[in-house]
This record gives sequence, structure tokens and C-alpha cells, in this order.
Amino acid sequence: MSGRFQRLDERERAAVMFTVDGEPVRGLEGDTLMVAMLAGGLALRDSEFGDGRRAGFCLMGACQDCWVWTEAGERLRACSAVVAPGLAISTHQPEVTWPDLK
Amino acid sequence: MAGPQMTGQRVIVVGAGPAGVRAAEALVAAGLRPLVIDEGRRDGGQIYRRQPEGFTRGYQALYGTEAVRARAAHETFDALKESIDYWPETLVWNVSEGQVWTHRDGIADAVPYAALIVCAGATDRLLPVKGWNLAGCYSLGGAQIALKAQACAIGRKVAFLGTGPLLYLVASQYLKAGANVAAVLDTAPLSARIAALPKLAAQPDLLWTGAKLTLALKRAGVPVLSGVTPIAIEGSPETGVSAVRVRTASGSERAFECDAMGMGWHLRPETQIADLARCAFGFDAKTGHWLPECDEDGRASAPQVYLAGDGARILGARCAEVTGELAAMAALADLGRAIDTDRRRALLSAKAGYRRFADGLAQAFPWRGDLARAVSDDTVVCRCENVTAGTLRASVTVGGATEANRAKAYSRVGMGRCQGRYCGAAGAEIVAEARGCSLEAAGRLRGQAPVKPIGLSTRRAGA
Repeated sequence: MSGRFQRLDERERAAVMFTVDGEPVRGLEGDTLMVAMLAGGLALRDSEFGDGRRAGFCLMGACQDCWVWTEAGERLRACSAVVAPGLAISTHQPEVTWPDLK
Repeated sequence: MAGPQMTGQRVIVVGAGPAGVRAAEALVAAGLRPLVIDEGRRDGGQIYRRQPEGFTRGYQALYGTEAVRARAAHETFDALKESIDYWPETLVWNVSEGQVWTHRDGIADAVPYAALIVCAGATDRLLPVKGWNLAGCYSLGGAQIALKAQACAIGRKVAFLGTGPLLYLVASQYLKAGANVAAVLDTAPLSARIAALPKLAAQPDLLWTGAKLTLALKRAGVPVLSGVTPIAIEGSPETGVSAVRVRTASGSERAFECDAMGMGWHLRPETQIADLARCAFGFDAKTGHWLPECDEDGRASAPQVYLAGDGARILGARCAEVTGELAAMAALADLGRAIDTDRRRALLSAKAGYRRFADGLAQAFPWRGDLARAVSDDTVVCRCENVTAGTLRASVTVGGATEANRAKAYSRVGMGRCQGRYCGAAGAEIVAEARGCSLEAAGRLRGQAPVKPIGLSTRRAGA
């Protein structure tokens, strides 16, 4: 395992398969997205301000450092969102498309 | 939802931590049906945070010496559910004209209140350390949540840096759970703890717990250092933290290899909702916090607004249960209900004891504003947008900003997605130093709605 987070207990849970940037990832039922992503990875996203990778900070919904996106473009806070089977996560903000207001 | 006959007397409780639970309990006991709005998925707040359904660890493993209190808070709330309206996973993002504005799943709603009891809790108070923007740096509270709510350690080898009771508590919880603790690095000198002993004796069992935790860490061979000065967190932008370097009390330099950091300098109250409700604030010189003004019962300066728990003043989880009940009693009294005056007196007396203990903690584990003032110009102060201390200083020395809000407008420190929660305390110190004024004169960042980001696509309920 090359992940940042280390599971110490509660390992006997059902697996939940989802994808991150198109790659399959295995989480456990009840994992937050953050835990599911960092149990096997080192980061959640890139800083938009050029100082490297980010992996969250407060885990309580206060810092907003753990934003990821669904493929549909919905923004999720990885520390509070719960992993669900078939979820397709992007670690990059999708291109914004403005509605045609004509 | 409450029926229309209730809305005229609707009391809203924001937060379902220890303060919110006890406030709701007191309201229900008086025959009301309060609306409890909480951002969490489950009740308990952060301190008594409940693990997800299906997890199997017991109360003792999760909450240690506070297991009985945690269980009581959870069981009380479970029993209340039939008698209250409960909106979990719902953010209160504004208060205006007697209504709270809520957000859930992309829908915003405005809910009027006859009384608003704000139990918004606290977040970690942070100091910037060079390198704290690297992946693998977490707040102490965050490190604890990883363990408590998800049974994970934040890294293979974790160093803890900061000060306060949480520093030792989280480190020992990690040790007990089988994690590898690299070091516990306290910026407070041992002498401060000794000087604070008379006040800390107000809660002898907590004092004893603290001493036992420290001893257990040392026995396990974990380096526990007091009086350190952080120098830098080292690592790479790609892979994150690899070490932390500090100057010890004796002046020598030491580095500890680690791949994660848990950092925090005690707590800061979440006061944005009180701010938006137009409560007056005052500067508390003992802690350096700006606090919403309220009387001993929790009545704020704004009409029909009551404050309780760590969001009003950092007095700890045990006291939050006391102030939550007190605030509910104040609201009930103002709504014309009879209250038990003996009970009120007993609660006020308990609160005084907790207050003495909190003063002791502030003395034993002091906030180190001087460390913020001394950071190098290239140290990142704002993690959200990678803004350095040099840029913040220039907003004062070149831009002419005279207080925190103008400095924020010029430098964007406090304007990022955390809205100043993690840079505000240190930022004010840096502004005060650059301007040569007191911390109080450097001011406080005003709360702004929405208090947390909500999507532009948010719709009004019913629209």
C-alpha cells in the first residue's frame, strides 16, 4: 500500500468500488471519500496556486482544502462526502461552461 | 417540520454537539419542539463525533475518559429525536432579520425564529510554520477525526506540533491505536504548566489525565519536547511532508522524520453566525480571541440570540453541556416560561469552575503570537491561496492597511476558501507587528455570508 492514511482498525467492511480520474479505487463501506482516496494515494488535488499537491487539512468541513469533483461537475468536500459504489471522481475542476443566455 | 401553530414560538438550535444537545433537551423538557440544525451527518459535534453506522469500536476505545459523557450525549439526543425537528447535514450560512438561512443539497431556505441558540463549536487555532502547506499537514482536530470517525492514522509516522491539551490527547490516542508517533513538540515551556497548576486543579481528574497521557508517551519512547520553536516542515510539493525541524528549549536544532503532521495551538471559537446575527464583539486579552459578548446565561447583545459551547468561549466539552442548558433556560425565561432558579444557580457555579480551569489552560499552553510575528517573509500564511507573510506585511507597510479587513482586501489573506479560519489569528498578529499597534487595534476579520462556500446553482426552497 502506498497510501497516506493508514487503516488501524475497522478493516472488516464491505468493499466499495469507485473511480478517481478514471482509475478504479477500492474503498470500504462507511469511508469518507477522503479516506478512500488517501488509503491508496498521496493527495486529493493540486493547489490552484502552484504550491503542489493537497491532501486536506481539517477533516471537519471548515478549511475546504479537500474539494474534488464528480464527473458531472458537482463539487464535493472529500472529508464529509461518503464513498458510494460507481462514483466517478475527478481531482481536477471540470471546465466551467456558461449557459447560453441568448 | 413543525406545524404552523409552533412556528411563532420556534426555537432554533444550531449545532448538535454537547451544547446543542443539552439546549434541545432543556427546551423539550419545557414543552417546546425545537428545530436542531446541524452540519454533521450524525449528532455529537466534533468532540463526541459518532463513527459511521456499521463501525464496531466501543465507547471506551473511541472516547477514553470521556466515554460516559459521550454515550450520555448520544443517548440523550437519540431519545429526543421524536420530540424535535432535526435537520442534519444542513449548513446555516446566514442570519438576517430574524431568520436563519439554511443550505442542504443545493436548496436554500429561510427559517424564522423566536429564539436562536448558537452552538457552533470551535476549530483548531493554527500558527503558520514554513512548509505547513505541504500535503500531509493536518490540524490536530483533523488528525483526531481521522482516528475517531474513520479508524485511520493520517500517516505512517506522525509528528504532533503546537500546544494545548489536545496535543497530548491526540498523540496518546494515536499511540494507543497502534500508530507510529514521531514526536510531540510543544511550544509552551514546562514552567508555564507548573505556574498554572493552581487553576488547573479546578478539574483535578482532567489534570491527572493530562499527566498520565504525557507519562505514557514518554514511556513508549516518544520524544516529548516542551518549549520548542518550530523552524520548518520539510518535504516536496509532490509527495508532501518528510520531516519537521525545531529549535529546542536549550537552543539546539532537532529534526524528526515523519510523513504527516498534526498541528494546533488550542482552539478558536466559530463566531461567524453570531457575527452575522449582529452580536457585539469584544477582545479577550487573556486568549487573544474576539468573542461575541453575552451575559453569564448566554444572552447575546442581539435580540433573541443566545450563545453556548466553545463557539461562545473556549471552555471545553464538559462546560458546553452546562452553557447549552443555561442558554436554553435564558431563551425560555425570555419567552415567558418559568425556569428552575436553583438549577440555574448550580449551572452558573459549575460554569465558574470550568472557567477557572480554562484560564489555567490558557496560561499553561499559551498562544504564541510572537511565533506568527517572527515568520520569514517567504512563509505561507494563507494555505488556501498560497499567500506569504511578506505579501501580508506589504499590505500594511506599502499598501497602508491599518487593520485586518483592509489587509485582507489587499493581500487576500483571509479571503480564501477557509474564510480566515486558519490564517486569521496569525494574520492579525502579523498586521499588528507590521503596523506597530496592539493586537486589539489590528481588529478581527468580519464574518461574511455564506459562512462556508455554497454553489452558485443553489436554488431557493419552493422555487
